[in-house]
Amino acid sequence: MQGESSHSWGLAHHFDSFDQQREASNLGMWVFLVTEIMFFGGLFTAYVVYRSGQGAAFALGSHELDITLGAINTAVLIGSSLTMALAVWAAQTGRRKAIVGFILATILLGGVFLGIKVVEYSAKFEHHLVPGPNFHWNGPEAPGVEMFFNLYFLMTGLHAAHMVIGMGILLVVAILAWRGAFSPENHNLVEGIGLYWHFVDIVWIFLFPLLYLLGRNIQV
Amino acid sequence: MSVTVTTPARRKNYLNADYGIKSWLLTQDHKRIAILYLVSITFFFVLGGVMAALIRVELATPLGDMVEPDTYNRLFTAHGVVMVFLFLIPSIPAVLGNFLIPLMIGAKDLAFPKLNLGSWYVYNLGAILMVAALLRGGTDTGWTFYTPYSSTFADSEVILTALGAFVVGFSSIMTGLNFIVTIHRMRAPGLTWFRLPLFVWAHYGTSLIQILGTPVVAIAILLVAAERLLHIGIFDPALGGDPVLFQHLFWFYSHPAVYIMILPSMGVISELITAFSRKRIFGYKFVAFSSLAIAVLGFLVWGHHLFVSSQSIYAGLIFSVLSMLVAVPSAVKVFNWTATLYQGSISWQTPMIYALGFIGLFVVGGLTGTMLATLGIDMHVHDTYFVVAHFHYIMVGGAIMGYLGGLHFWWPKITGRLYSVFWSKISAGLIFVGFNLTFFPQFLLGYMGMPRRYHSYPEEFQILNVLSSAGATILGLGYLLPLIYFTWSMRYGERASDNPWGAYGLEWETSSPPPTLNFDEPPVVTTEAYDYLAMRDKKTAA
Repeated sequence: MQGESSHSWGLAHHFDSFDQQREASNLGMWVFLVTEIMFFGGLFTAYVVYRSGQGAAFALGSHELDITLGAINTAVLIGSSLTMALAVWAAQTGRRKAIVGFILATILLGGVFLGIKVVEYSAKFEHHLVPGPNFHWNGPEAPGVEMFFNLYFLMTGLHAAHMVIGMGILLVVAILAWRGAFSPENHNLVEGIGLYWHFVDIVWIFLFPLLYLLGRNIQV
Repeated sequence: MSVTVTTPARRKNYLNADYGIKSWLLTQDHKRIAILYLVSITFFFVLGGVMAALIRVELATPLGDMVEPDTYNRLFTAHGVVMVFLFLIPSIPAVLGNFLIPLMIGAKDLAFPKLNLGSWYVYNLGAILMVAALLRGGTDTGWTFYTPYSSTFADSEVILTALGAFVVGFSSIMTGLNFIVTIHRMRAPGLTWFRLPLFVWAHYGTSLIQILGTPVVAIAILLVAAERLLHIGIFDPALGGDPVLFQHLFWFYSHPAVYIMILPSMGVISELITAFSRKRIFGYKFVAFSSLAIAVLGFLVWGHHLFVSSQSIYAGLIFSVLSMLVAVPSAVKVFNWTATLYQGSISWQTPMIYALGFIGLFVVGGLTGTMLATLGIDMHVHDTYFVVAHFHYIMVGGAIMGYLGGLHFWWPKITGRLYSVFWSKISAGLIFVGFNLTFFPQFLLGYMGMPRRYHSYPEEFQILNVLSSAGATILGLGYLLPLIYFTWSMRYGERASDNPWGAYGLEWETSSPPPTLNFDEPPVVTTEAYDYLAMRDKKTAA
């Protein structure tokens, strides 16, 4: 994607048509998301294997998570997916300011999500629930609970890292959009980051029930 | 498709289009990026080869008289890590695939040229991490990083090496992603899926493995690094963790990774066999689909690495059967290549010698693989030199023979120069003989019970080990020769015509070396792949 003209981006030298360029860009993003599924898949596998061995300890761990904050975050993230979809729509219809506005809204909601996550993480630090030398738990299930928090921090941490990267790219895309880089013919970057953002959202849709909800019905 | 014979005078091509170091380091031309990769992987092939040489010198005598046991561990780890991650996996895809896929499908470039260049930088970043680990004393876990040794006990540079492998993995993903999108979206008009050269099919299968497998090993080694760095016990049994889970995650990628190494090589062989038999491949669709079958089945066999790792006997049984199934598409390829030779007009050019050598060595490697998939035999020879010999027959006898065969075949296209026929045939012969002398004795050693990864051994194993070390010397010489005559040819070699072999395919219709945008006229394809009959008729008519 070369920026020859002063305004919107044109057709890269090795493509024959805008259609071909858009299809290539979209397929590339989908293939990348497949690799992301496999990447998270390794962790989900670990979760399934370990949970099947020590379900009771994992349920105990679930009870330590703040379900209210988790639920709010789920709503926030779904809201950010909505603003992201609106940004893509704005790009398709060629409304420059609307693209920028909706992307900034997406970044803002992402920031709210991460802020709430920081509150949750710091509570775990205070309660000595962060795995490692400072982990403390009374009771026979201590090892299993520590394993639960291993996975909790790895899975939500990896998810948060994806959000931070996504927000960084979104910021760049917003600046490009402000400068008028996108047109109804070529806004592949907006579409691409949109797909990515929805993917990150969907990962959370799986993380929330697995980590916060599953086992919460068990009385402990 | 016609063969145009133009004199390759001082035409503008991708090599003389621009000069200076910047024009190379910032290039987005897939052909130049292929050359960048060629330089990098050749360097690491030599480095990995030096490690192998040191191992063979140590094993020439039964006593551990050259290096300490701990040094020996670091040596074979370095050999494995460098050869697998920095040479074999990128070798054919990143060099030949990168150079040829756009040419073969009549495109101007890969779909994402910047991503392509980025992959080379990511590769080098990972390589630097691994070299840094080597300079700080190396890693002693073996290239497999098995837990709990790697995560808890090993006192060596595990984190750096693992992070290196993690980073290099992303370059592999980038290449695979680029190929998949390119093959789907960038084919010339008229070039349907079943008109694609089989080299392209093989790379499509390879790319599928790269994008599906690599992320899993990435997360697995990231977990090992996290466990070491943060002292959290992800694979620690004390927390209910399972060290064997690491083996599952690791081999879920690393067994299919074997097919990342061998599939592109098989693609090369399909091109060579047809070109030097002057015949259309026997059973085109079977060969094409066998590449996909290998890619898919490859994901269902990882458990055969865990026959003795507490895996249930029933799982072992199923993995044993599934592993044997891989022999079916592999055999389809071998039989179809052989059938292509039948009544072909065979010429004994250097690439063809490599191709025939490949078939022989691959059959030995493949059949011993079926033996190892058998539970009873595997219990006996597990972790012995039998396994070492088996996978070297596949990875060196197979993958590297294919890589060198392809390099000899397309070298005139890549550089526009011809190399010494005499010396190249000598090197092909030396490699074939040297390889067999190195690794066949290891089958016998393994069957007699010599375990792998030890720096000393009982005296009765010495004769076979000396044979193996002697073979390694010949093999090393065989590898040294191409390095010399290829380098020589770049300056002094005779200029190559556009189609020096009289081979069929879009890459031979453009000039040697090709122009920056590959074709002067955008090609339109109207014929099937490997239509040597029509090509001959056209020639006679002309």
